Amino acid sequence: MKRLFLSLSLIAVLLTACQPVDLNAPMPIYETGIDPDTWAQIPAGEFYFGQHEDVESTAAYEIMITDVTTAQYADFLNAALADGYVKLDGEQIVGFYPGDEFHGVKHEERIEAGDWLFIPLDDPSQRIVFTSKITFGAKEGYENHPMTTVTWFGAWGYCKYYGWHLPTEMEWEKAARGDDNRPFPWGDEIKRENANFYSSRDPFEDMSSFGSRTSPVGFYNGKNYDGYQTLDSASPYGLYDMAGNVWQWTGDVYEGMHYRFMRGGSKDTYDMDLRLWVRNNATPTYYSPGVGFRCARDK
Amino acid sequence: MQFVKDRFNYLFNSTKGLILVAIAMIGIVTAVWGMLSGPMAEMGVREVVIKLLGMDIVQAEREGRIIILYHSIAMAVVAIEVYIINSLLKMKEFFKTAINATITVGYILTMVFGMGFAYFGHNWAFHGVYIFGLSLIFFAGVLLAVALNPWDPEYRVTDNAYAHTRSGASVERIAFFTMAIATLGSVLFGAIPGSYFGNGFEAFLAENVIRQPHKTLFEDAVIGHLHIMLTLIAVALSLIIGRWLNFKGILHTISMHLMWTGTIVISIGAWSVVVVEWAHTIIYVGSVLVMLSALMLVIFGWGKFIREGTAHLAKPTFGQKMKALASDPLKFGPLWQMVFMNFTVSGVGIFMAVKLTEIMRVMPWREERITLTGHWHILSALIATIILMYYGDMVNLKGKVRQWYGWGIIILSDIAFASVTIFELKRLFISEAEQQPLVNVLMILTDLGLGMLLVILAMVMIWRLSDLFKGKGRWTEEATHELSEEVE
Repeated sequence: MKRLFLSLSLIAVLLTACQPVDLNAPMPIYETGIDPDTWAQIPAGEFYFGQHEDVESTAAYEIMITDVTTAQYADFLNAALADGYVKLDGEQIVGFYPGDEFHGVKHEERIEAGDWLFIPLDDPSQRIVFTSKITFGAKEGYENHPMTTVTWFGAWGYCKYYGWHLPTEMEWEKAARGDDNRPFPWGDEIKRENANFYSSRDPFEDMSSFGSRTSPVGFYNGKNYDGYQTLDSASPYGLYDMAGNVWQWTGDVYEGMHYRFMRGGSKDTYDMDLRLWVRNNATPTYYSPGVGFRCARDK
Repeated sequence: MQFVKDRFNYLFNSTKGLILVAIAMIGIVTAVWGMLSGPMAEMGVREVVIKLLGMDIVQAEREGRIIILYHSIAMAVVAIEVYIINSLLKMKEFFKTAINATITVGYILTMVFGMGFAYFGHNWAFHGVYIFGLSLIFFAGVLLAVALNPWDPEYRVTDNAYAHTRSGASVERIAFFTMAIATLGSVLFGAIPGSYFGNGFEAFLAENVIRQPHKTLFEDAVIGHLHIMLTLIAVALSLIIGRWLNFKGILHTISMHLMWTGTIVISIGAWSVVVVEWAHTIIYVGSVLVMLSALMLVIFGWGKFIREGTAHLAKPTFGQKMKALASDPLKFGPLWQMVFMNFTVSGVGIFMAVKLTEIMRVMPWREERITLTGHWHILSALIATIILMYYGDMVNLKGKVRQWYGWGIIILSDIAFASVTIFELKRLFISEAEQQPLVNVLMILTDLGLGMLLVILAMVMIWRLSDLFKGKGRWTEEATHELSEEVE
């Protein structure tokens, strides 16, 4: 009898693993009051770069104060498709990339000039909808969430279309850190109300079913959302979501490797990955519901 | 006073006492520091522990802290292996005493002052004592290598059942000696770059630089160091289990030759990562030799259990043979864990190597990191379970307690390790967006397995602690026993 009970309990636990995830589960809708079309001014000068605080410097530049939103990306696709900047290729949006220099280093893969995947349209996590195959739009409720399920090419193409660029790792880190050696954009310690990370108990997650989901850009600005009090977690230059929510593609192309680097940690990572110097990387064709981007531009 | 003196004498002057102290120290560190990460952190337990113990956690120093934590635990494990080697093999009394004393002081200083430095503010005197502790362990290793000298006439083997050279040198002792020498070399391979990176807190975890196309010589050395050290700890344990089970015969001869050659090849492979790009090929050759050696031990051991367990039967059936094989979990378990390792460690490692470009390197680095860290955490934990099972036999667990303890360790740990393996490789069959229910179940099984394992360990430790208060407790019998007397 005991064995039967134990076996049945084990089977019950294992069966919960097979429970399907509702990717369209209702999403709380909040206006954060942060305008994603705003840019922060970053002055020229030195700053601490990396975990070991190397002193580096950049010229002055501007950077978006939030990640590019789904609505912004949908607008881009509508304009870019009309211009012939991007193409519809089956269930994918592709665009031209001029390729990288190949150095033949171990594990390096060729990135040739040609059309590369910007976004897949058939991925269940895709937040861009292609209504009647005429107009692109944002999935309802995700308009002010970061654009995700976008490849590095798709992020690079977005910024380039408007004459901007993906921030380099240095630009990204300086904008997040300011001129001191803080580990997080807002300071030295992290609390659950500072950012959207794994199991941070924000209003968008349900760890018993779909897990962690993105939050609207600029959500952690000190506002109270139906009783959920956030902490104002802007960086010294006023950027939001530089820790958590989604990993952000950066623009550097390094010699001898085809990987592209991401910064900031995400809704799917523990707080240690939200430290400003932590890097992630993937092939430029990689996309995920936990990866987005923002743009920078020269001043 | 005599009460304290007797107990102290048992705990620090007998093999079983020394092993008990080291297991208790590891158990305490694992239980407390295990609460700082993973699900415990999610549940908010980490914050409570940090406050309660007054820890000083600086975000930028996480990597350095973890490196000291790993070293603190590993040094205690190395000490346990050394105690067992000293007690299992023929050894001159002077060496036995000197080695045990040196390594005991070494690992305790390493653990206490290392953790004190890493987690409770940076008292540089503590750091100095931590380094001194590590140096003492190295010195104990030098003494061990000298003591193991297989060509000493005193250790000549005349019984043909045990592998030996024409001059009578024990091949098994040569394998132990090779392991000790390789370990000393591999220690330096980590200590030198460790001193370089440790100076100024430029510590890094090897998995963080794995995709860098151009690693510095010292970065390569660190990666080589951690791999070879864990391998050599596993090699030592395999040799220990062989001696415990009185490994002999033709399989012993083949196995021991494979082991010493494999140890040399694999060490050269790990060291050569700093100079040649094809170092992995050398490592693969060495790994095959070492794994074949362990396979011989498994075949020998399981054959022995079946023979002994069915000796009273004229023509045992398959079922009777299996029953005999599994009748004693503390003997069956260590060898089973060696086999299980192939599914959760070696198999995963080989798969990753074969499919590196095609699968692993298409995933983001973070996914690859999970696989890498999971893979070696499992190997470390498997080693711990094997030691715990041997310890259960050492303290002469009997009857139902022996069965519950043994099967508890095997089943609980294997559930946890299998779950971690599925977690590591989940991206092969499930997307990020759909993974949460699976992740939840795997986490429950992992935590349940490891948590219950710690509960079993805690129960044993409480029992051993209460035993120390008895005038004629089990500890009095253990105080003078050597493990070589218990080899079957």
